[in-house]
Amino acid sequence: MTALLFLAQTVRIAIPYLFAAAGGAIAERAGVISLTLEGFMLGGAFGAVLGAHYTGSPWVGIITGIAAGLLLGSIHAVSSIRFKADQVVVGVAINLFAVGITRFFLQLAFESSSNSPRVAGFGSETSGGNAAAFLDNPLVWLGLAVMPVLAYVINKTRFGLRVRAVGEHPQAAASVGVPVNRVRYIAVIASGALAALGGVYLALDQHQFTDSMTAGRGFIALAAVIFGRWDPVRAGIACLLFAAAETLQIQLQAAQIIPSQFVAMIPYVLTIVAVAGVVGRSTPPTALGKTSE
Amino acid sequence: MRKLSVFIGALLAVHVALLFVHPAGAAVPTVRDGLDIGVVFDLGGRGDKSFNDGAYIGAERAAKQLGARIRYVEPGEGSDREAGLRLLAAEGMKLVIGVGFIFTDDLTALAQEYPGVAFAGVDFAVTVGADGNPEPPPNNLAALKFREEQGSFLVGAIAALVGNSKKVGFVGGMDSPLIHKFEAGYRAGVKEVCPECEVLVQYAGVTPDAFRNPGRGKELALSQYQQGVNVIYHASGSTGLGVFEAARTMNKLAIGVDADQYHEAPGHVLTSMVKRVDNAVFDAILRVKEHRFAGGIYNFGLAEDGVGYVYDEHNRALIPDDVRARVEALKAEIIAGRIAVPSSR
Repeated sequence: MTALLFLAQTVRIAIPYLFAAAGGAIAERAGVISLTLEGFMLGGAFGAVLGAHYTGSPWVGIITGIAAGLLLGSIHAVSSIRFKADQVVVGVAINLFAVGITRFFLQLAFESSSNSPRVAGFGSETSGGNAAAFLDNPLVWLGLAVMPVLAYVINKTRFGLRVRAVGEHPQAAASVGVPVNRVRYIAVIASGALAALGGVYLALDQHQFTDSMTAGRGFIALAAVIFGRWDPVRAGIACLLFAAAETLQIQLQAAQIIPSQFVAMIPYVLTIVAVAGVVGRSTPPTALGKTSE
Repeated sequence: MRKLSVFIGALLAVHVALLFVHPAGAAVPTVRDGLDIGVVFDLGGRGDKSFNDGAYIGAERAAKQLGARIRYVEPGEGSDREAGLRLLAAEGMKLVIGVGFIFTDDLTALAQEYPGVAFAGVDFAVTVGADGNPEPPPNNLAALKFREEQGSFLVGAIAALVGNSKKVGFVGGMDSPLIHKFEAGYRAGVKEVCPECEVLVQYAGVTPDAFRNPGRGKELALSQYQQGVNVIYHASGSTGLGVFEAARTMNKLAIGVDADQYHEAPGHVLTSMVKRVDNAVFDAILRVKEHRFAGGIYNFGLAEDGVGYVYDEHNRALIPDDVRARVEALKAEIIAGRIAVPSSR
């Protein structure tokens, strides 16, 4: 029973990471730095609550959440690709923008600076101690499937080949007729939608939006992408690993066995270890952060 | 290129010019009669269902009962806070109130700069000097502090008496001395009525993000409920909304903090440990009106009606009469000084 509860909690914590890391993986493979995941998630969370609030349906919430992600993704794409802005700066700007704009509309729509009213979610209201209750949520299944699907798209399809090409060597891709910027546009906007789904899951799971509710999950997801060496399946495993560490901390903290500060830094320590090349070679997409002329 | 530099130069000139627009009379505060009060809210502003709203209620009550004229400033991020305080001080307000511990440094600096204006800081963080004693704030600055541990003590007793379990839970926000105060009082309250009870204590994190992470709050609470806890007290900002969500799904009870949080999860909020920011703000304005305002540290505890627990028509059904009687007796003993509540762990 305890093992089952542990597993269930790990999966619940991992779902937002998986969506966001999928978004990060596709954008970065196309050569665009993805510091924006946090902002995309927050936008998705707010969009979901807005849609679910006004229609009463969590399904509409998913759609409006994705729409918010598409919108923020487009801003990222246009400024990074069309206007060739520094992608790190754009990333920071979009994260701040997302915090501000969600707070503004929270005030406007619900007259609160703290949280939205309660909205509909998936699954039964009082699932009690049933460890498998979270499986009623379709977003959980989608979240578990997203990395394998993304791995297939990136490694096996024509579009995936183009994404990898524009991320590794855009000039070479352009010389054989790949529309570099169009591929990047699609990848970045898709990353907005994917990461937004992570926020949608969070918001619908809480049945409400609260100010800055993503609380740094986008950065942990980005760490997972880097730790997974930009490979979707490895990044997915990294997400599960980070989530398991968190679950371990939650389960053990009451017993004060491991200081919580230590567990909180696990994702970042592992990322540094990965980037430093301790476990195998870690090479980012060659054209990451470089705009093509 | 030249056009651009001209444009930037023009913008710069306008910007610098605008800097001089407002504080023209800054050095010499305009003398005003009447009870002019300025309130600068913390991040979030009105509608946070907590501190800022409490301060607003207190100020509005003062406006109605004392005839005070209130001006509110809602700053955005960061440095706007100092600007908001300065603006109000320069306009010659009788009293300028900063809501939230985050104003501590700005208030201290401005109180020295504007000795003729009274300042008050809600949740002001008094610095402790090298000798271990608190350093008194400037004599025109009132530090409005709350004895959170006393209110937490009472809700701890309620949690243990109502919980019907040998385990009670606590979820804190950022692992920090301020929240340890809540934890210490709560723990003491539990032990007072149930010495053999175990208190499960968990914190959502070690950064300020831990105060707005409902996802983490829900998972922490779920694991505590699954370990046999029936009542959880949270002191964790909006992270606690996740605790309420867990109480709903598990059909258990949770205790709110700062304001009455009954409406976040009707039927699952046993009570709330309320900090009466409204009373503290009203009290400060009253002192100014009656010309007996003085700087220093003001502690609002049970005796001053500065902290307390909610018992009204919503949660009366959840708290049996004998529990209520026991808790009221404990409250009387704390006020009489017969029970000393620890404020650190």
